[in-house]
Amino acid sequence: MKRSIWQTLLLWVLPLAFLLIFFYQPLLAIFRLVFSAQFSQGWKLFRWSQITKPLAFTLYQATLSTVLTLVLGLPAAYLFARFDFAGRKFLRVLITIPFILPTVVVAAAFNTLLGPRGWLNLGLMSLFNLSAPPINMLNSLSAILLAHIFYNTSIVIRMVGSSLSRLRQNLPLAAQNLGASPWRAFKEVTLPLLMPAILSATLMVFLFDFTSFGVVLMLGGPQFLTLEVEIYNQAVNRFNLPVAGLLSIVQLAFTLLVSVLINRSKQPRYGKAALASESSGLREARTRWEKIFVIVMVVVLLLLMVTPTLSLLTRSFFTFDAARGERGELKTGFTLRYYRELFENREQSLFYVPPILAIRNSMIYASITMVLATVLGLISVYAIQKSGKLSRFLEPLIMLPLGASAVTLGLGFLIVFGGTVLTQGRFQALIPVAHTLVALPMVIRTLLPALRGIPENLRLAAKSMGASPLRVFREVDLPVLFRAIAVSLLFAFTISLGEFGASSFLSNTAMPTIPVAIYRYLSQPGALNYGQALAMSSLLMVVCVAGSLIIEQIHLPGEEVF
Amino acid sequence: MKKLLLILTISMLLFAACAPDTNNLSASRVLNVMTHDSFDITAELLAKFERENDVRVNIIKAGDAGSALNRLILTSTAGASEADVFYGLDNSFLSRALENEIFEPYQSPALMHIDASFQLDTSNRVLPINYGDVCINYDKAWFAEHGLAVPTSLEDLTLPAYQGLLAVENPSTSSPGLAFMMATIAHFGEDGWLDYWKQLKDNQVVIAADWETAYYSNFSGSSGKGAQPLVVSYASSPVAEFIYAEVELDEAPTASIVAEHACWRQIEFAGIVKGTQQRALAEKFIDFLLSKDFQEDLPLQMFVYPVLPEALLPDEFTRSSQIPEKPATLDPAYIAKNRELWVEQWLELMLSN
Repeated sequence: MKRSIWQTLLLWVLPLAFLLIFFYQPLLAIFRLVFSAQFSQGWKLFRWSQITKPLAFTLYQATLSTVLTLVLGLPAAYLFARFDFAGRKFLRVLITIPFILPTVVVAAAFNTLLGPRGWLNLGLMSLFNLSAPPINMLNSLSAILLAHIFYNTSIVIRMVGSSLSRLRQNLPLAAQNLGASPWRAFKEVTLPLLMPAILSATLMVFLFDFTSFGVVLMLGGPQFLTLEVEIYNQAVNRFNLPVAGLLSIVQLAFTLLVSVLINRSKQPRYGKAALASESSGLREARTRWEKIFVIVMVVVLLLLMVTPTLSLLTRSFFTFDAARGERGELKTGFTLRYYRELFENREQSLFYVPPILAIRNSMIYASITMVLATVLGLISVYAIQKSGKLSRFLEPLIMLPLGASAVTLGLGFLIVFGGTVLTQGRFQALIPVAHTLVALPMVIRTLLPALRGIPENLRLAAKSMGASPLRVFREVDLPVLFRAIAVSLLFAFTISLGEFGASSFLSNTAMPTIPVAIYRYLSQPGALNYGQALAMSSLLMVVCVAGSLIIEQIHLPGEEVF
Repeated sequence: MKKLLLILTISMLLFAACAPDTNNLSASRVLNVMTHDSFDITAELLAKFERENDVRVNIIKAGDAGSALNRLILTSTAGASEADVFYGLDNSFLSRALENEIFEPYQSPALMHIDASFQLDTSNRVLPINYGDVCINYDKAWFAEHGLAVPTSLEDLTLPAYQGLLAVENPSTSSPGLAFMMATIAHFGEDGWLDYWKQLKDNQVVIAADWETAYYSNFSGSSGKGAQPLVVSYASSPVAEFIYAEVELDEAPTASIVAEHACWRQIEFAGIVKGTQQRALAEKFIDFLLSKDFQEDLPLQMFVYPVLPEALLPDEFTRSSQIPEKPATLDPAYIAKNRELWVEQWLELMLSN
């Protein structure tokens, strides 16, 4: 047994060292600085309501958003894991897109759809001959909730879906044969087996909603304050560093608390045999109810998840500008102008970003993040699985980076690593590192349920027949983990592609990413700049779809492409 | 699968091959210049400076003006300063920078040509480079179409005719929002400004969190085609609308209200960061920022005005921009003392129900 303890410790070394160096060290450095005497005048106007008010709203909107996301995400996961229908694979990729879009772009997308001159309002106005836009959704709690559902449903679909597709269907069927109603079979057999994946997804979605920044700021409008928004306000706009520090600590504490609570929640004990390594077959909808379910779900997903991005895409090909003196009559027409302009450096600006270059930079950072996060994640899940009760303390430590705001961590990075090799030169090594910190919890939460589903007796059997540990991993674990690994790669890749917070802190001007380029266009007035931002966003979506399709193609020899 | 990977690898290599190297990598020295995200310059102009001084200028863009300054203060305090020169500090943040003692004085010879009203720091720790005005923009076509007169003063905006027509930014999250709030304080005084905002609130003023939302989602004169024909933006925004229009225009589709105190004057400064190892080069760079070449490059790159009187404005600017004759200003020390309180009062009044 002693040997296995050393092995477990060895497994922990790499992930823990990574976190200590790149997360806990900068975090401590920034806290030491902001609480130093030099900035203490910030306490002068401090009131506790500055903490409790944003905290209460943050918890409220995050809970509401998470519940709504699950309500849509769980049936959607079932849809993709069980039923085969025309365009299934393509729809699955389409609904991943929201996850990668920078918030500036999502705000623009919602505006092109639901804004006062969005497609929906324009359509309704011409249909019913109205003079004013009938729908006013921007700047409301509904806009925040809608955007959170839009962003995070794909997390539920991917995480729960990967478990669901490995679930042996004969078990609930057996229960039904024994006289259980389909509902009871679902409640007592399927649901408990899915619980680990559902809890993982709930945790991830909650934490993403909990630390939401851009959505709240841009879509919710100024009356809504989350902790993350208030941290940014206090640190950047008001330069009240100690209060910003205190808010950061509160946010981190709640992240830790939620992670621990979810880890503690009763994990069902189930027979390992319930999870198959091969995916249980997809089939077409047979009964009337199944057909209705598939149709309703596809329509809902298209409406909620695809129309905003589609509206952004179409808007990037349409000009809306009225000709001189004809304002009021919106003249629309097809145009490639925005895309052509992307390739033109009008003012010979030093900071003009050729689209190809931005795509290349984003791809480089995303590929490194993908590999780094998945390798570290794999090591971590084995460490977690082997350490039993200890993992309850160690695992939340890995989740913590999700609760650190971009401002806090970004400034911490600069203090600790500023002027070192990591921040000098064209290539910013800290960018994939920062992306990995965000992607790692996601990867671990995806891999862990899959790993826990591997029957130990299979490994023992392989060992007793003389298989080396590596061979056991290759022949027993890998086939089961494979799909989860593919999903992890996808998550890490997409997180890196769309991430803007840390990139905006760390990026140097030599290697701008696509989101940085989009922001550059959106921060200047002028119809062409707006159009180019939309065109650049559309390019980001194309890169994401291409990347996702390639990752989805990865499969074991002999395995059917899922 | 293998084919796909191959295609991916080849395309990555191709991308790498067409990446241009603009920086003067052969230079033996590096000058680090920190600035905000809106900084821009004609590439050839900077290359010329680099060649003449055998230096590579590394531009660090550090977020909006507030974020960039905070980053400089924090990293300098922690002894990990990244920059030799900082550019892009405006008068509303001036005291924050001077109080934290992060700049070294430099008496540039170019200063003698520059109007004294721009030189807010008498000991020259920071030097004025450009200025601009935060003004209310209006959508010309909207007002023509609705047969409504364009408001001509801050007071007009409280009239029922303009109910729900103005979009402003939250001063606690947006720098033009803060600027406009300070213009109202300069105009109505400490006793009257909150009453004025109370009237604006009753007149259904629309509040956005940031400039991007206000301009692109709320303003009817931008390509977002929002519902408000009046928005707090910059005096130079109409020029940008003119230059970046989709169809060539005879005149800008928007204009600014330049009535007395309706605009807030923003002056941007640059300074040499305390403790730099490149003092001589940093001085050269400040002189460069004040040179005629750079001053004439400013308007079209950043949509601001040069402080150097001999710098000529481009045609587009002389045609469609307006410079307010009586912009609002306040003493930087007075701003520093009261800003927190003003913002608190504003939030309390405008965002509580």
